[in-house]
Amino acid sequence: MTGDTTHGLRLALRGATLGRAGAPVLDGIDLDIVPGEILAVVGPSGCGKSTLLRTLAGLLPALAGEVDEDGEPVTGPRAERALVFQDDALLPWRTVRSNVELPLAIRGVGRAERRARAEEWLTRVGLAEHAAKLPHRISGGQRQRVQLARALAAGPRAVLMDEPFGALDAQTRAGMQQLLVDVLRGSGATVVFVTHDVDEALFLGDRVALLPGGRVLPVPRPRERAAHTDPATVALRREVLESLTP
Amino acid sequence: MSGRWSLVRRVLSVVAALGLWQALTSYDINLWLRFEQFPTVTEVARAFADRVSGDAYWQDLTDSLTRIVTGFALAAVLGVAVGTAVARSRIAADLLGPVLEVLRPVPAIALVPVAILLFPSNEQGIVFITCTAAFFPVMVSTRHAVRALTPVWEEAVLTMGGGRRRVLWSVVLPGALPGILGGLSVGIGVSWICVISAEMISGEYGVGYRTWQDYTVVDYPGVFVGMATIGLLGWLTSTAVELLGRRLTRWLPRAESRPAALPARRLPAPAAPAAPSVPTAQERVRS
Repeated sequence: MTGDTTHGLRLALRGATLGRAGAPVLDGIDLDIVPGEILAVVGPSGCGKSTLLRTLAGLLPALAGEVDEDGEPVTGPRAERALVFQDDALLPWRTVRSNVELPLAIRGVGRAERRARAEEWLTRVGLAEHAAKLPHRISGGQRQRVQLARALAAGPRAVLMDEPFGALDAQTRAGMQQLLVDVLRGSGATVVFVTHDVDEALFLGDRVALLPGGRVLPVPRPRERAAHTDPATVALRREVLESLTP
Repeated sequence: MSGRWSLVRRVLSVVAALGLWQALTSYDINLWLRFEQFPTVTEVARAFADRVSGDAYWQDLTDSLTRIVTGFALAAVLGVAVGTAVARSRIAADLLGPVLEVLRPVPAIALVPVAILLFPSNEQGIVFITCTAAFFPVMVSTRHAVRALTPVWEEAVLTMGGGRRRVLWSVVLPGALPGILGGLSVGIGVSWICVISAEMISGEYGVGYRTWQDYTVVDYPGVFVGMATIGLLGWLTSTAVELLGRRLTRWLPRAESRPAALPARRLPAPAAPAAPSVPTAQERVRS
């Protein structure tokens, strides 16, 4: 990933305990997320994947330890760190275009430019002709593409994705993964991608972080689905799967 | 087609009700219920035509409408503001909650003595009572609707860098709107009850005042003209609220099969925030 558009954020957790007060789910986590990388986070359900993401987004303060962005402590949500949710985080009363324009409006971008940039992003995710529709008029997969466009339209330095394709069928999912790689190529943003699907993690991630332990493993490249048969990837896949079964 | 039959049925039901009234009164039916003193439909219609041609009727009508529109508009603004504040802010809930909960069960019409003590003129007192009556349904449904909002909408706006004000205008108010409109629909109905009652007790002019005056001088057809006027005005105003509501919540997913012929008569929009059910067409992503 070459950072020509934005310079990705460096996100770090040091000895962090995460969760709600009185109910920590992750304890003593150390994680260094390199600018511009795609870090796939996998782990069994309930292990704290979403908690980790919400903490990085600034929606949930750490109970102990440090959570940093570029060396500064994360104190709350910020437009620099965009969050993509699993489903239906689009505002249902706004059209597709108007949803994508929202982060730009919040940043104070003028009406004409806002509209042009929203149209541009909708074209990139293949939804230009659906711009004037309401979210419930398009399919689940299309809505996730709109969420992606909305997250990226304002040029965030980090994109935090919480099982964004979790509710989609297998075929749509594969298409979305490829789209994500294409869209992110050259954006420079740091991406944290939470999933429970090992193959998705291996396809998307530059590295894979395993929760609840926090071990990080590099993923062999090039990024191709065919590569899933090469010995290094097969070995990694086995290792990840073993870490997921207690 | 189904829309036309629906209209026919509606007209038939009104005609049947009027026919029954006419039959019972013109034959002076006197079983356990006594209809001999009751004015007939034709007597009422004659009185109605007579009243409509005079200025006093329109004066009363304008007075009542002015009172209800003023009181209801104030209640809508205050109810939404207070309901939102109580739902969103712990401090507001602590400060306002107990007072509101104690005042809520008091029927607005029981506030007539308070209104007489507080306000320099009857006019303001009546508006006060109308406003209080509509305030509580609007406030309560706003509070529920705001509390029931999907948290991801707010989190999405927060992670876009939006502040409290942005969350309020871009998420809370539009998201709570279907529920708020339910409260407004109830509120306009209660407002009519209270404006008429208040006029009967302390009004000068107005449909309620006139209806009571007619009763005291034993002008029964006049009383029924008043009742019919109240019914028609009430129906008109609640239809206006309903139409406004449907216009503002066009984003709500609606069943395609619902007949579009008579949209105004439909029930108010559901109070729950929209959880759009989706026709998930399998789609292929071009990338």
